[in-house]
Amino acid sequence: MNPEFEHLYQALSKVDGFIYPNEIELSWSILIVLYPFITGLVAGAFILASLERVFNVKSLKPTYVIALLTSFAFLLVATMPLIFHLGQPLRAWEIMMTPHLTSAMAIFGFVYLWYLMIVLLLEIWFDYRYDLVLWARESKGIKKWMYKALALGSDDISPKSLKLDDKLGYIVTVIGIPSAFLLHGYVGFIFGSIKANPWWSTVMMPIIFLFSAMVSGIALVMVLYIVINHLRKQKIDMLCLDTIAKYLFYIIIIDFTMESLDQIHRIYEAEESFEIISLLISGHLNFTLLIMQVGLGMFLPLATLGIIQFYKPEEKLRKLIYFITGILVLIGIFFMRWNVVIGGQLFSKSFLGFTSFKLSLIGPEGFLMASIWLVVPFFILAFLLWLFPPWKKTPVEH
Amino acid sequence: MTEQKTSLSRRNFLRNAGVTAGTLVITSTLPSFNAVLYAAVKRNTKGPWFGIAIDIEKCIGCGTCAKTCKIENDVPQEPFFFRSWVEQYTIRKDGSLKVESPNGGIDGFKQSVPAEEIEKTFFVPKMCNHCSKSPCVQVCPVGATYETEEGIVLVDEKYCIGCKYCIQACPYGCRYFHPDKHVVDKCTLCFHRVKKGLNPACMDNCPTKARISGDLNDPASEVSKFIRTKNVYVLKPHLNTGSKLYYNALNQEVR
Ligand code: SF4
Ligand code: SF4
Repeated sequence: MNPEFEHLYQALSKVDGFIYPNEIELSWSILIVLYPFITGLVAGAFILASLERVFNVKSLKPTYVIALLTSFAFLLVATMPLIFHLGQPLRAWEIMMTPHLTSAMAIFGFVYLWYLMIVLLLEIWFDYRYDLVLWARESKGIKKWMYKALALGSDDISPKSLKLDDKLGYIVTVIGIPSAFLLHGYVGFIFGSIKANPWWSTVMMPIIFLFSAMVSGIALVMVLYIVINHLRKQKIDMLCLDTIAKYLFYIIIIDFTMESLDQIHRIYEAEESFEIISLLISGHLNFTLLIMQVGLGMFLPLATLGIIQFYKPEEKLRKLIYFITGILVLIGIFFMRWNVVIGGQLFSKSFLGFTSFKLSLIGPEGFLMASIWLVVPFFILAFLLWLFPPWKKTPVEH
Repeated sequence: MTEQKTSLSRRNFLRNAGVTAGTLVITSTLPSFNAVLYAAVKRNTKGPWFGIAIDIEKCIGCGTCAKTCKIENDVPQEPFFFRSWVEQYTIRKDGSLKVESPNGGIDGFKQSVPAEEIEKTFFVPKMCNHCSKSPCVQVCPVGATYETEEGIVLVDEKYCIGCKYCIQACPYGCRYFHPDKHVVDKCTLCFHRVKKGLNPACMDNCPTKARISGDLNDPASEVSKFIRTKNVYVLKPHLNTGSKLYYNALNQEVR
């Protein structure tokens, strides 16, 4: 037996019921789980940043820059899993060069570039321009030159220029909000538009993806804010943390409502695919969906955050609760992506049976590789925080 | 008062007449629904436009088509890659269903349900439906999957980036990822043979002539006659893929 196919023979022996013979191997694996997960963090973190800027939620100020840089760090990595899962990664650029316009995936490249170039880069640049000029003047050696280059030749630190930065940055943020919605709603559409797959094909998919993106992005910034302050031995602004937690709570409620609506609709209509999907949920996905996604990732955080809205334990404990809740939410959303991507491929399109999936440890689609893609953005973020320390910025009143 | 009323109703009449006429003009330019071709919208009225017909009553489940296909088209021999395969359906007396396709039917079939429990059993050969509104063509981000003028859906292996989106989009499980070429592969209706006026290999080798293909534009072709004279059905018509693979005597249980 060719060892290349060993895992497929194993999967073959585990087929449950009837599946089409080409369906034994899952076409999309862990890397495609990461793709919506990471893009979701990007969109979510950005939306949190915008809350402060556009909707003027003053208490969120301490996290504004952290949220922006987080969004940026994850955006840089977002396409990596996508490119590496391709059978022909070297041809990836064809998506941009010769896009096929009826394909949801083809348009994603442009949405992504728009978001990276126009929105995030511009917004961060306007936000930092003034400081870059200052830092270029103060620093020495290589750092000086880095700041100089990043300031793109700008050398104006007059109050007027600062005001202009702020104004332009504001405009970019206003454009950025619908763009963030677009970015992640779009990822939902990539799945939601596949009519062959009843687990994916729902108009709710983009909306569910969007709200779960906000949930995960907000949770991530909350956790990061706690960790960064812990590492820097700084006192946390509890008002800020409480406000983030409040938003997190509300958005989880919306997300929960949307997802329930989708499931209730499915159950009530009970179409042709109903039986197989019920089996999928109660069987193959019972751990990842019922326990990880819904139980740990949604109900538990909802309960804790809900209680905290009425009764606030002392700071230290509260901080710990927020930290744990944030992590749980992130795990929950990761499994939500898992259940969509992997779950959607476990049942046969004949609706008569299931294949199985085992995550390998090594290999380009293995656990280790996937972990790398999840860890890299944190290193990028650490670098960004070192190069552009938010705590050394000149405070600006927006 | 009355005058106003008449002029109003006259205006209404004129408006309604206008709307009706407009609707008529617009709808008359739409292609009419084609009962025989189901959702497939006829295209390419000049040259041939290919369709396939499979007679389930004639299929004996020998698996020759699936075997021939692998040889003709260099499909990997392992039991995970198929351009063409056969499924065996068995409906038991208690109404339950058993479907099997061991190695795509290439090695033939053994009935696993005891004879006394069987209500009915039949074979369903499967292959790409060469859909005229194919979801696989729609989703390909680079246009590597395309439909030829003759209505045959192909993958350009020099162009495919291997994203596998099309595998997800095909409702019939007709595509697989080629383990050596690292691109997606599927039935080409033996395009290399059809171009020369030959039949696809699976059809030439079927001992009972259960599967045929030909020009849907030609009313005299065998396929056209088959569709006109038999109670044919396509798979998953509700998905509106415009499938051009017509089955005779297809059981409702088949998906
Ligand atoms: S059967 Fe599948 S692969 Fe063939 S044309 Fe239709 S959607 Fe595409
Ligand atoms: S795998 Fe190839 S043929 Fe299929 S959608 Fe992707 S690029 Fe197109």
